[in-house]
Amino acid sequence: MILYIMCFFLFLVGIYGAITKRDLIKIILAIGIMGYSVNLFLVLLAYRSGALIPILVEGLNIPPNMMVDPIPQALVLTSIVIELGITALMAALAIRIYQKYDTFDITKIRRLQG
Amino acid sequence: MPVDIWLYFILGFMIIGSIASLEIKNILSSIITIGVVGLGLSLAFLFLGAPDLALVQFVFEILCVIILIRAFAKRSIEVRALRRDVPETIVAIIILLSIFVLSIFALADLPSFGKPIVRVAERYLANAGAETGSQNIVTSVILNYRIYDTLGEVTVLFTAILGSFTVLRKLGRKKRHAE
Repeated sequence: MILYIMCFFLFLVGIYGAITKRDLIKIILAIGIMGYSVNLFLVLLAYRSGALIPILVEGLNIPPNMMVDPIPQALVLTSIVIELGITALMAALAIRIYQKYDTFDITKIRRLQG
Repeated sequence: MPVDIWLYFILGFMIIGSIASLEIKNILSSIITIGVVGLGLSLAFLFLGAPDLALVQFVFEILCVIILIRAFAKRSIEVRALRRDVPETIVAIIILLSIFVLSIFALADLPSFGKPIVRVAERYLANAGAETGSQNIVTSVILNYRIYDTLGEVTVLFTAILGSFTVLRKLGRKKRHAE
């Protein structure tokens, strides 16, 4: 329970960075922090206390209820790889914006204001 | 030491690290600090019984730090003294803290740490060895039971890389038409 709350606090730190910072790089880092906390939360939900890693070993019969839940692990593996692509795409867009406007300050990027 | 204590330590470390990385002025230090937070996450995965995830997170973190430093370190040598709106920040902190207090009630309904509800995975854990022939059950979930999900992941990754190449290429299409 306290672990879940700490994990959610990490997510809120990410949101705080994304909505109060004016620097594009800081916003990219904040989105990265949110991704970390979501991944960690899914794996925290799957943990079974005293359980082993879900790998079958020949000659050692581990009963199925003594292993960690493998499905969230598989899906988080997917999500981590996607996050790398997203980070690269955001970095590329930020570089282009810098070339066009000469700044990373989002209040000075005029044509993006809504 | 039980797993909980280690995780409290690592999570506190990650929270402090991420606040530091958002508040540091120098952008190079801030990127390196985010790398430290990601390596802490890799350690947490190791304690939670997910060695595959720990390895992938480690590689992801190194690549992420390299990409960000390569992209931004040179361009932001000038110290960024952006002025900040103090009232905006205070309002944001108040709203986020109220969300945090409300979330405590919501998180209390979840199954407590260490006692998950495992229904679908029971079948995978019992039959995966015989059905797929893979020793690692995570692999058999990714590459056999949930293969369409992996296909979607590859599509998303391909699109993201294609997007980065399109954004970063030297010569735009319009310019080539004009010549």
